[in-house]
Amino acid sequence: MVFQAFLIKYAEIGIKGRNRYVFEDMLVSQIARALRAVEGRFSVSKTQGRIYVKAESDYDYDETVDALGHVFGIAGICPLLQVEDSGFEELCRQVVAYMDEMYPDKHMTFKVMARRARKNYPMDSNEINRQIGEAVLEAFPDIRVDVHQPDVYLNIEVREMINIYSEILPGPGGMPVGTNGKGMLLLSGGIDSPVAGYMVSKRGVRIDAVYFHAPPYTSDRAKQKVVDLAQIISRYTGPIHLHVVNFTEIQLYIYETCPHEELTILMRRYMMRIAERLAKENGCQALITGESIGQVASQTMQSLAATNDVCTMPVFRPVIAFDKQDIVDIAKKIKTFETSIQPFEDCCTIFVAKHPVTKPNLNIIRHSETKLTQIDEMVERALQTVEVIRVGE
Amino acid sequence: MEIYLDNSATTGTFPKVREMMVRTMAEDFGNPSSMHRKGVDAERYVRHAKEQIAKSLKAEEKEIFFTSGGTESNNLAILGTAAANQRAGKHLITTSIEHPSVSETMRYLKEQGFSVTYLPVDSLGRVSAGDLENAMTPETILVSVMAVNNEIGTREPIEELGPLIKAKNPNCLFHVDAVQGFGKYVFRPKAAKIDLLSVSAHKIHGPKGVGFLYVRDGVKIRPIVFGGEQQKGLRSGTENVPGIAGLGTAVEEIYRDHEARIDRLYACKERLVQGLLQLPDVTVNGPSGRDGAPHVVSASFGGVRSEVLLHALEEKGIYVSAGSACASNHPGLSSTLVAIGLPKRLLESTLRFSMSIFTTEEEIDQTLLALRELLLFLRRFTRK
Repeated sequence: MVFQAFLIKYAEIGIKGRNRYVFEDMLVSQIARALRAVEGRFSVSKTQGRIYVKAESDYDYDETVDALGHVFGIAGICPLLQVEDSGFEELCRQVVAYMDEMYPDKHMTFKVMARRARKNYPMDSNEINRQIGEAVLEAFPDIRVDVHQPDVYLNIEVREMINIYSEILPGPGGMPVGTNGKGMLLLSGGIDSPVAGYMVSKRGVRIDAVYFHAPPYTSDRAKQKVVDLAQIISRYTGPIHLHVVNFTEIQLYIYETCPHEELTILMRRYMMRIAERLAKENGCQALITGESIGQVASQTMQSLAATNDVCTMPVFRPVIAFDKQDIVDIAKKIKTFETSIQPFEDCCTIFVAKHPVTKPNLNIIRHSETKLTQIDEMVERALQTVEVIRVGE
Repeated sequence: MEIYLDNSATTGTFPKVREMMVRTMAEDFGNPSSMHRKGVDAERYVRHAKEQIAKSLKAEEKEIFFTSGGTESNNLAILGTAAANQRAGKHLITTSIEHPSVSETMRYLKEQGFSVTYLPVDSLGRVSAGDLENAMTPETILVSVMAVNNEIGTREPIEELGPLIKAKNPNCLFHVDAVQGFGKYVFRPKAAKIDLLSVSAHKIHGPKGVGFLYVRDGVKIRPIVFGGEQQKGLRSGTENVPGIAGLGTAVEEIYRDHEARIDRLYACKERLVQGLLQLPDVTVNGPSGRDGAPHVVSASFGGVRSEVLLHALEEKGIYVSAGSACASNHPGLSSTLVAIGLPKRLLESTLRFSMSIFTTEEEIDQTLLALRELLLFLRRFTRK
């Protein structure tokens, strides 16, 4: 069957009151963006509180559904069969053919849901319901009507054209990207941070990302992996500016100046400081990390508090209470997992103490930092040499 | 500045190779199997390449079969022999330091019911003729030994092993993986009693994706690629004419002025080794001087992770590899370095420097200078 159009269902936007048009317009533009990468030409329109995607040429159905499946704000995607109004008898015939092709096994129940948007149509929706229902029952002896809990809702929408649909493919949910500000994601090559970026973006937040590169301890391939991860999540989040910070000088300076078991905490505090500076410069209102309580020594409650201590912006940690497996499940769903687990030599182990502090004392940590007399200029240098990589554009 | 010391991984192409390849892509792009003139013209390049290669080996043109490179040549030699001769016996002999294209093929045959003996090597990576003699049985159908080890540059005693194998069992075939040795040494398969010899183009300044297998006249092996019966049915598939033409040119070029070039290479090697040995806590692995290949130097740097040193050199425009480039995609440690008994603390601290005929003494000096500086710096930072 050739579907010429899709009806886009959205959930939360419906309750946004007077701002509703902002959300709808953003959803329309996000849909248009997602479809730019798809084979075929489309028009996206908003009419009477509904969004339609219409194919203006031959197109790849699977690719289209997949692209729409990456647009936050879409709750459901309904592939439409569009027919000309050639009289009611012809419509019945077309609906019967539709049901026959869509449902080879007729042992099922259904209910007709007519909607007469074009008021000059000679029948009202109740009549359409009844007569289409009869036509279907007559054509297929195994089929039954169930008005309370049918297997299939058969929708008949009478507009200029008549839309027939019964399938709702699930969308990703959430809200359209661009409706809820912008966040700076601390993106490593691991499993958690891409998931965190995806989750926050799902609430309509645009994403920029920062990656801390430490050559020669991390390789260009490790950096490429982070670019690849940004590319994958950008299918959901839209374009991402990835800020690559050279962190080596700072890392080595801390190593030589401070107690080894505090190294990770101190490094993370400087990462947060740099991330916040970049966030402010790039119009972000929050930081986003993939931290999860207790996962590693630097993510104990005390360590998180010690890291958080340097931030003035809110820090969003959407996977904070997730088990590793739950994070992995999402990573697999959004297809970042396979990239995240690629093994690239990680030579940063020399910067990981064999016995790091797990309950850092904030006063001691702050005192250690006073020994870092040259660190401010190093931070400035790191900020001045940031490389910006644009992905997903 | 760019100093490329990873020539055992791959080499840059000779300008003449590039010219030849462009010509066979732009003008003489025919299919050698076509009946018309365009095909005949293309076939001429293939025949010319065979001439060039046969000449370099003092072999016959009909003994040269083109493949997609060293890996396919090794696979064809081993699998082709196993399939053709398994009725005569199911025993294979190789060494414990072969390239994965040999060792993995052997492992596959083991799963298929063959038995495989892995000859041990001494601390310099060398197999012994005595061990080979003891390992051979009347069931042995193939001995496969590399000419030059890709990680530490050991030169295996090929000329000694060939006659020994034939004396024990004239029907047992002798395969030599010469991917690292070809172009550095002169090979005479007939005199050395070699039946099968693998060569790859991109290690001798030719293109990637092409190589050849020498198959001594009279030796019957089975194909592993089936199709249009090109190359007497041993390797079906339209000939890669640009690659083959580039390979032929590279073979001719690599043996030009051979002895003088090899002398210069050994001089560079000696300069590098002497310089390395003057650095604190640095050891050089494998045979020294002319006992080893002229282009490979393996060195271990105590207290420094090889990847870190590799990337630090990279920042200075110097390209080397950690252990062996083929093995460094795997998290596992180099089998050659384990086989020669390198202490565990040095296994992850070893770099391979591999030179080409274009390497200069100035480049060696600059590399040593960079190493001295980097070691001093990197050794300040160790895990506590």
